[in-house]
Amino acid sequence: MVERKPWLDWLAHAILLVGVAVVAFPLYVTFVAATQTAEAIIHAPMPLLPGGHLIDNMSAALGGGTGAGSSAPVARMMWVSFVTAMVITVGKIAISLLSAFAIVYFRFPLRQLFFWAIFVTLMLPVEVRIAPTYQVVADLHMLNSYAGLTVPLIASATATFLFRQFFLTVPDELVEASRIDGASPLRFFKDVLLPLSTTSIAALFVIQFIYGWNQYLWPLLVTTDESMYPVVIGIKRMISGGEAANDWNIVMATALLAMLPPAAVVILMQRWFVKGLVDTEK
Amino acid sequence: MAAISIRKLVKRYGHGSKAVQVIHGVDAEVHDGEFVVIVGPSGCGKSTLLRMVAGLEEVSEGEIAIGARVVNDVEPADRDIAMVFQNYALYPHMSVAENMAYGLKLRKMPKAQIDERVQRAAKILELGHLLARKPRELSGGQRQRVAMGRAIVRDPQVFLFDEPLSNLDAKLRVQTRLEIQKLHRELGVTSLFVTHDQVEAMTLAQRIIVMNGGRIEQMGTPEEVYGHPASTFVASFIGSPAMNLLPGRQQSGQFHIDGAALDVPPGIEGDLTLGLRPEHAQLADRGWPLRVEMIEMLGAERLVYGKLGASTPFTLRLDATLPPPQPGDWLHLAFSPVHLHRFDAQTGQRL
Repeated sequence: MVERKPWLDWLAHAILLVGVAVVAFPLYVTFVAATQTAEAIIHAPMPLLPGGHLIDNMSAALGGGTGAGSSAPVARMMWVSFVTAMVITVGKIAISLLSAFAIVYFRFPLRQLFFWAIFVTLMLPVEVRIAPTYQVVADLHMLNSYAGLTVPLIASATATFLFRQFFLTVPDELVEASRIDGASPLRFFKDVLLPLSTTSIAALFVIQFIYGWNQYLWPLLVTTDESMYPVVIGIKRMISGGEAANDWNIVMATALLAMLPPAAVVILMQRWFVKGLVDTEK
Repeated sequence: MAAISIRKLVKRYGHGSKAVQVIHGVDAEVHDGEFVVIVGPSGCGKSTLLRMVAGLEEVSEGEIAIGARVVNDVEPADRDIAMVFQNYALYPHMSVAENMAYGLKLRKMPKAQIDERVQRAAKILELGHLLARKPRELSGGQRQRVAMGRAIVRDPQVFLFDEPLSNLDAKLRVQTRLEIQKLHRELGVTSLFVTHDQVEAMTLAQRIIVMNGGRIEQMGTPEEVYGHPASTFVASFIGSPAMNLLPGRQQSGQFHIDGAALDVPPGIEGDLTLGLRPEHAQLADRGWPLRVEMIEMLGAERLVYGKLGASTPFTLRLDATLPPPQPGDWLHLAFSPVHLHRFDAQTGQRL
């Protein structure tokens, strides 16, 4: 459908601009606040132009040690967040690839049962089973550890189904050709399926990395030690309740730092990400 | 190189009372170095038979031997075969050279030897300039050649072809058909080729296996299958346009069909099906009366469709240099008695 009315174009652009402003303005305020001194922010009205203290604030945040709330070093938190997100992402992809491979290419007893068991976990995210999962993790002494932060989040029905759907589109003749070529099932998996899945893997990597990075509720439960806080929790804990003055400049600098890795992942993998969701290379 | 023996082969899908049998005890011998084509309509079991030889389907009953070795329980990779698939089944992420080398690499062949074999196959198939390309950058015909190259580098005892030409356009199909023929003459490898196209079967085969409903209808040279079809099925399947089959009754030197009595050479009396190929009837002053209904011009010849008697359809092939008949005309047909085939009315078997 093609509408040829100039004022419609203007209206459409105006609406888009409002949308951009709504999304971008808070980000801009975060950025501006991260470049000011603590005094300048508290001073009403807050300045809307960037100041000159970005580097100071960032290094203060990374080093830690000031402020009314928690003062753990952000560098450590970023590291915890990064390791957690990576382990969750890589673990999810590896396990999902293997389980999808099993479900699609092997006939084993109770195959349907396993398929539906994986399916049912879609309805049981961590939030629903949080108490029993916490009990299990606590009993296994995995509190305040990377294992506790990651293992319960690794199993993923979504990723398994994504790969299952992709594997179903791979022609059967490819399996048969590789059998005649003398490839064992794992060899076929490694030499043929994995290279064909790269775009799907890339798409999933982006989604799952952000999922892992943004975890809040679960880390809140299983970590009590400051050295094991991911950065998302760190931000919250920097803001003390009550009357005490918060170092908003440091908090905002931390928020900015916390946004960087997911943004970098999206920007670096954007091309593959879109490709993986849109088409399958064949 | 090796012969293939197929003995009392049965294929069933499913178990117990729900089992469906698709191949009902097939026996066949493919001699060493022979090119045999299995032809039949969709669902006749020809691909299943080939896949059982390849080891991609399990054998329910009976035996398959390649050379002296029974291979029922041997993995496809260890059967010393190579297979060319209908949709080529090239690995999309590997280059042409890698596609061809993959099987050899898994066999742990030294790199120098792999390179040499790939180069040789590329030379035979004129793929030399394409070795670095990916399959998606190739045309259909080139992909087909790569698939054949992958088979050649293996240097197998047996080539298996599963309808390799059906994804090609008509012109390329003819060209590839000739290439396959040439290849077989040069390499002399025992080949089993499945197709539903009787022209492919006639042109490529040293011997043809005609299959129908999970059974072999006839096995023989193209000449035998065309000249002496074993049943009405083979008669109507081989040859284009198909043989005319006239159901009727032979009585005192005449053949009675619906609404007419035709003069025929003396033979077995009673209910019969007569067969006469469109190319074996000629125009004459007297003979079988044919009422013309439709005409198709094919260039070198015309196909004349008409009716014998009240309702028995008959196709006639006429040289295009003859004056064309018009719909509604009456023609008279003559033929040599050697070209008349007689089949049992009930079983369809040749008499």
